[in-house]
Amino acid sequence: MSKLTKSANEPLFHIVKRDALPAWLAWAIRIGSIVAALIVCALVTVVLTGENPIEVYATMIDGAIGSNRRIWGLFQNVAMLLCISLAVTPAFKMRFWNIGAEGQALIGGLATAACMILFGDKLPQPVLLIVMFATSIIAGAIWGFIPAFFKAKWNTNETLFTLMMNYIAIQLVSFFTYKYSVPKGSGQLGVINRATEAGWLPQLGGHNYLLNIVIVLGVTVFMYVYLKYSKHGYEISVVGESENTARYIGINVKKVIMRTMLLSGAICGLTGLLLVSGTDHTLTRDTIEGRGFTAIMVSWLGKFNPVHMILTSFLLVFLQKGAIEISTDFGLNNSFSDIITGIIIFFIIGSEFFINYTVKFRESKKGVNA
Amino acid sequence: MVTPAIELKNLTKTFGNVIANKDVSLVVNRGEILSILGENGSGKTTLMNMISGIYFPDHGQIFIDGKEVVIRSPKDAFDYSIGMIHQHFKLVDVFTAAENIVLGLNEKGRYDIKKSTKKIKEICDLYGFELNLEKKIYEMSVSEKQTVEIIKVLYRGADILILDEPTAVLTPQETQKLFAILRRMRDDGKAIIIITHKLHEVLSLSDRVSVLRKGEYIGTVVTKEADESVLTEMMVGKKVELNIGRSEPENPELRLEVKKLTCFNREGVPVLNDVTFDVSSGEILGIAGIAGSGQRELLESIAGLQKVNEGEIIYHNPKTGKTDNLRDKTPMKIRDLGVRLSFVPEDRLGMGLVGNMDIVDNMMLRSYRKGKSVFLQRKQPKELADKIIADLEVVTPGAETPVRRLSGGNVQKVLVGREIASSPTVFMAAYPVRGLDINSSYLIYNLLNEQKQKGVAVIFVGEDLDVLLELCDRILVVNSGKITGIVDARTATKEEIGLLMTKNDNGGETIE
Repeated sequence: MSKLTKSANEPLFHIVKRDALPAWLAWAIRIGSIVAALIVCALVTVVLTGENPIEVYATMIDGAIGSNRRIWGLFQNVAMLLCISLAVTPAFKMRFWNIGAEGQALIGGLATAACMILFGDKLPQPVLLIVMFATSIIAGAIWGFIPAFFKAKWNTNETLFTLMMNYIAIQLVSFFTYKYSVPKGSGQLGVINRATEAGWLPQLGGHNYLLNIVIVLGVTVFMYVYLKYSKHGYEISVVGESENTARYIGINVKKVIMRTMLLSGAICGLTGLLLVSGTDHTLTRDTIEGRGFTAIMVSWLGKFNPVHMILTSFLLVFLQKGAIEISTDFGLNNSFSDIITGIIIFFIIGSEFFINYTVKFRESKKGVNA
Repeated sequence: MVTPAIELKNLTKTFGNVIANKDVSLVVNRGEILSILGENGSGKTTLMNMISGIYFPDHGQIFIDGKEVVIRSPKDAFDYSIGMIHQHFKLVDVFTAAENIVLGLNEKGRYDIKKSTKKIKEICDLYGFELNLEKKIYEMSVSEKQTVEIIKVLYRGADILILDEPTAVLTPQETQKLFAILRRMRDDGKAIIIITHKLHEVLSLSDRVSVLRKGEYIGTVVTKEADESVLTEMMVGKKVELNIGRSEPENPELRLEVKKLTCFNREGVPVLNDVTFDVSSGEILGIAGIAGSGQRELLESIAGLQKVNEGEIIYHNPKTGKTDNLRDKTPMKIRDLGVRLSFVPEDRLGMGLVGNMDIVDNMMLRSYRKGKSVFLQRKQPKELADKIIADLEVVTPGAETPVRRLSGGNVQKVLVGREIASSPTVFMAAYPVRGLDINSSYLIYNLLNEQKQKGVAVIFVGEDLDVLLELCDRILVVNSGKITGIVDARTATKEEIGLLMTKNDNGGETIE
C-alpha cells in the first residue's frame, strides 16, 4: 500500500511569519537594507552614467548638508513633511485612508493667504496672526471633516472622497489666485504684503525657519502624547485594530471617525499656514509640493510613532535634496535622481518584509515522492 | 459487484494537535445519494475539502472508479469530475449567470457566450433547473445563486457532486425543489454527497447515511432501515463522564427575562424568532444548538450589539430592585443603567480583545473611561493584568506582550479574567472552551461555577453536549432561531437534546 507523503506537495520554499525580532536585529536589517540600496544605486550609476559612485554620493551629502543655508533648508523641509505626516497619522492609525492631506493643507494655505490679503492692512499684526491661525486650522478641519461625516453616515469610500476633495481645493486655489493676482490677470499672487510683511510669521533668533521648526516640534510632542497617553488616542487604536471590538466595548465609532478627522484636517491646515505665512509668503496650486502623499509613506514607515517619523521624514527629505543635487551637478536629468530615490525607498520598504517574515526552504528530501 | 464512483480509505487530517479526520473510510456509488451526518466540528467539511482538493490528506487513499488518485488542487478534482458546491458562494456579482458559469473555463475556440448559453440551457432542461441565464448575480436570491453554483459544476462535467449544507440558506419550498433536482441527477447516474445535520432531510432524500463524530467515522446505515433516534444516537454518541462539579443554585432570584425576542438579518430572514426565556441569579443556563441557530444573535441582543425587531429584554437590578428594558440600548447606555453585564464573545481576538495590544491595554478596554481626566490611567489595569496572569496561570513573557502572541488557552484566560474582574451580575460566554486543551477547559468551567456560586446569572453557549449536561442547571435548545425546548440538565439525556437540536419544526410540514 503506497502512502502519500507531504513532500509530494511541498514547494521549494515558503514564507513564514516571524515572531517578534529583538529591536537591535530589526534595526540591523533596516540599516543593512540601506547599505544594500547604496550598493545597487552605485552599480546603476556606473552602468547608466559612467560616473564614479563615491563622487556621486559625496555630491548627494553635499547637496543635503553642504552649507549652512542647505542645512536650514533641509530642516525646514523635514519640519513641513513631518507636520503633514503627523496630521495624517491619527487617521491612518484608525485605518481611515486619508489621502486628502494635500487638499486639507492647501485649503489651510488658502485661508491663510486670504486673511493676509484681506486683513493685511486692517488688523494689527498679533490679531492678524491669531485670525490666520484660527481660520487655517478651521478650514483644514472642515476639509477633513466632510469625508469623515459621509463615511460615518453613509459609509462612503473615504479614499476616493478625500482624493476628490484635493481637486476641489486645487481648483479653489486656482480661482482665488486668479482673482487676487498681482499684477491683475497674471494668475499669480506674487509675494503677499511684501512691503508691510503683514501676516508673515516672525523670525525667531534671526533664523527664517526656526519658528516653523519649533511649532512642528510642539506638534510632534502633542501627537506623541495624544496617541499614546490620551483616552482619545486609545479609542483611535481600538477602532483601527478592530471595529467589532470597538462596538463591543461601546465606543461610538462614528464619533471617533469624525473627531479624528477634524484633528487630522486641523493639523493639515496648520501645515498650510506654516508654508504660506512662515515659508513662501505666497500661494500657488503647488504650495504643498506633494507632501500630502509623501506623508503617507512617512507615517507608515514610522509605524505611526511620531518619534520614529522624525527619522523617516528626515531620511526622505535628505534623499530628495541629495538626489536633486546629483542631477544638477552631473548634468543628469531629474529622472535620474528619481531612480536613485526610488531604489533606496524600495529597499527600505522591502526590509520590513524581512523583519516580519522569513523564507524557509524545503528540508532536504526525506523520501521519494509518491 | 459495482465499482464505486469514489472510495475513501483511512483518510486522516490533522491541524496542529487537532485531529479533524481520523481513519475515515467511505464508499459512494453512482446513482446514489449519500448523506454525511455529524455535529459541528465532527469533520464533515474537512473530509469534503480533501476530496475537492482544498486540503491534502496526511494519510490515506482516494479511489475514483477503482483507481487510486492524488488530488492536490481543486483543478485536479475537476479533472476527476468532482464538483463541490460550497456553503459560501463564489460568484462574481456583476456578471450574469451564464458568464459566471463559463468563467475560468479555457474552452476551445473564441469566447462565444451564445453557444455556451445554449449548452447551459440543455443542462437546465435535463435536470429541471429554472433559471434566467441573463440575470446578474446581485439581482438574485440566495436560492438562485445556489442554482448557478450547481450548474457551474455540472457544466464542467462533474459527475460526483458534493453539496456542503445546501439547505441551510433555503426556504422549505426551495429545499423541495432542490431535492427534486438532486433526485433527477441521481437517476441520471451521478454520485451525490450531501453534508447536513438536519435529520428529516437525511431521511427523506438520501439512500445511505454515513455518520461522523469528533473526526471519527462511526458507521454507515441504509436510510430505509434507520430512524431519527438511531441516527441521533450515532451522531451524539454515548454519554461521557467528565466530572465537572455542579452545585445546587442558592437563593435564585429572577435576573434577566427575554420576552418574544425577534431579530431579522439583512435579507429579512428571522435569525431569532419569538424567543422567550429567563435566567436567575446563581444558575448556569446552557444554550445548545447547531452552530448558526441564533446563539450569537441572542447574546449580542442582550449585550446591545444586535438590532432587535420585536420583543423585550428585562433586567432585574438586584441593588435597586427596579427593572430596565435593555432593548435598543447601546452597550454604553446599558452600563450607565448600572447593569453589570459581562460578555465573552465567540470571536476572542476579533471582538473581545485587540490582538495587537498588550495585556495591560486589553484590560483597559472595559475601564479606560473611568475618571474625568483626558489621559489614560495605566496603573490599575497593570495591577489587574498581573493579578490575572498570576491567578489564572497565564503563560506569557509579561503583561506587555501583545495578546495575539499568546496561545489560544491563554488568550481566553485573559479575556475571561477581565470579564470576571468587573464583578458582573450577568455573565455570558459563547463557546468559551473552543480550541482549548483539557486543563484550560476545566479552569474555565471552574471559573463559571465560581461565578454561579457568587450569585451571578451565567449564560453558557456550548457545543459539547456532555459538558452542557454536567455543568449547567438548565439547557435551552435553539433550532433555526427558535427555542425547541428548555430542559433540566440533571435529568435530560443526550439523545433528547440531540433530537431537539435537529428536529424539523416547520409546523409538521413534510418534504417528499
